[in-house]
Amino acid sequence: MSAAKSKSETDDNERYDGRYDGRDKIIVTGIAGRLGRLLARRLHRWHEGRIIGIDRRDFPGRPRDIDHVRVDIRSKRARDVFRAGKVRALIHMGVMHDPRANQAEHHSWNVQGTQRLLEACAAYGVPKVIVLSSANVYGPRPDNSQFLTEDAPLMAAQDFPAIRDLIEVDMLASSYFWKQQSCDTVILRPVHILGSVHNAPSNYLRLPYPPTLLGFDPMMQLIHEEDVVESVLSALKPGVRGIFNVVGPGEVPLSTVLQELGRPSIPVPHILAKSILGTLWRTKLTSFPVPELDHIRYVCMVDGARAKEVLGFQPKHSLKETIRAVLNAT
Amino acid sequence: MGASDWLKAQWNGWVDSRLDEEFRAKLRALPTRQNEYGFDPFGFHRDQVKAALLLTRFFYRDYFRVQVHGIERVPEGRVLLISNHSGQLPFDAICIAGSMIFDRDPPRIVRAMVDKFVWTLPFVSYLYARWGQINGTPENCRRLLEDEEAILVFPEGAKGIVKPFTKRYQLQEFGLGFMRLALETKSPIVPIAIVGAEEQAPAFNVKPLADLMGLPAIPIMPFPPFLPVMPLPTKYHMYFGEPLVFQGDPDDEDEVLQEKVKRVKNEIQTMLRAGLQERKHIFW
Repeated sequence: MSAAKSKSETDDNERYDGRYDGRDKIIVTGIAGRLGRLLARRLHRWHEGRIIGIDRRDFPGRPRDIDHVRVDIRSKRARDVFRAGKVRALIHMGVMHDPRANQAEHHSWNVQGTQRLLEACAAYGVPKVIVLSSANVYGPRPDNSQFLTEDAPLMAAQDFPAIRDLIEVDMLASSYFWKQQSCDTVILRPVHILGSVHNAPSNYLRLPYPPTLLGFDPMMQLIHEEDVVESVLSALKPGVRGIFNVVGPGEVPLSTVLQELGRPSIPVPHILAKSILGTLWRTKLTSFPVPELDHIRYVCMVDGARAKEVLGFQPKHSLKETIRAVLNAT
Repeated sequence: MGASDWLKAQWNGWVDSRLDEEFRAKLRALPTRQNEYGFDPFGFHRDQVKAALLLTRFFYRDYFRVQVHGIERVPEGRVLLISNHSGQLPFDAICIAGSMIFDRDPPRIVRAMVDKFVWTLPFVSYLYARWGQINGTPENCRRLLEDEEAILVFPEGAKGIVKPFTKRYQLQEFGLGFMRLALETKSPIVPIAIVGAEEQAPAFNVKPLADLMGLPAIPIMPFPPFLPVMPLPTKYHMYFGEPLVFQGDPDDEDEVLQEKVKRVKNEIQTMLRAGLQERKHIFW
């Protein structure tokens, strides 16, 4: 911190000087997504200084004093946002999770985009970087321990190659954690996020007749989108760094989740489900790729003890509220 | 949906009608850490285990008529139960779980370490979880021992359960994993010897075929139904030994651990021999 201070005095005004004087900035990528907007609103109340969102999408309902820079995260103009100085933290949520997107573009966006952002953070001495990864990087597998800790290998791409870029993002962030000792890098790996968000688990639970696999009913962990936002805030605390699994209020089997939502499930034998989903996917009738089936077949649960201990993070929503959050979708 | 709900309600009603007061009391006394939906972190659910426990009690009391010796030696808190394994089908595990519920006061849930391939099987995978069984990874075992639970390990593994009739009561090679976990978590080990299970499915192994198919064994019985689908109603005698507490470094060389494992194995072998001598007849 002192090194950063002396540099800012002698050199220029570019580095964040550690003061929360209302002029310090938090940059949020992917701010126009549903989770991004929730975070923006929450940060707005919490943070004295400025909030700058980088997102090439529209930002409906943007509060007037949140800046929105509509650029690609890989562009030079995104870097210019960092160059302007006084960046207190980067919150990187602009990771693309769209199985329908062009694979090359998806990969380039996630891997190169993250790389460019991290380079900018290194160049302009950003003292805090938070990357929103996911507990899915461990992958649902029959030989998983019930609760994986942060040092478990990231095996998700073995049976689901299309998501290898999400693992690469996580790994880029962890190598940045080791390289940039002056930066408090935090990698958050939340479990299935439920709420108004349009991710695979929430979309699945919003299906009128969600199919299940005959004879499989794995335990799963869920977290309310607002609790994820809280975990990001808890990671902003100066001094905390590292990788954290972020878990919600507990573990339930899939069948209980569907019951709570009053969804009649349709059990399908795995072999049949695989071929049907494969056909639907190829004919573009579904947004769920075949390997997603493993999430309703095997466990992929994590141990959230570290986040509780180090970040002091605890979910505020009960299991019931978390499950029912998918119904709040607008 | 309506039909399956009706069936489920009928089934639950029938199961409930079979439960007597003693059974209910046992069920209530089972210690679990439940969340708001009644599940523990490993997927155990007190209500969904009822039917399985009824079946367990039938096998335990009426079919194998298990005679238990020294169950009071199983301490409270964390413990590793180490037993001989045999019989082609895991009725020995079922009966150990049964003894800890029906013949121990207060009752305890026994969690067996189950091989990972089981979790790829439909129905079995989630039913095992509802009954409190766990994927046999060292992390799972460590976590549960630290939560003061009882873990059942068959160190003979698959080689034990597919044992041919000619090798009955000859303990196969023991794995070392359980000893590392016992040392690491400072858990006492209770050796268990089961007499009776090793004759329940007298089979021989068709080794060439098994090798060809890449299976640990293909057991064939010399009488109908030839495949071990249902065990013979042998009488079980179950001997619980004194708890053994070991000290040492869990990261020691295999040879050092081997010595400790040998002590457990000898203990079981001695109890087996004594039990066999005491036994009057295989079936009663």
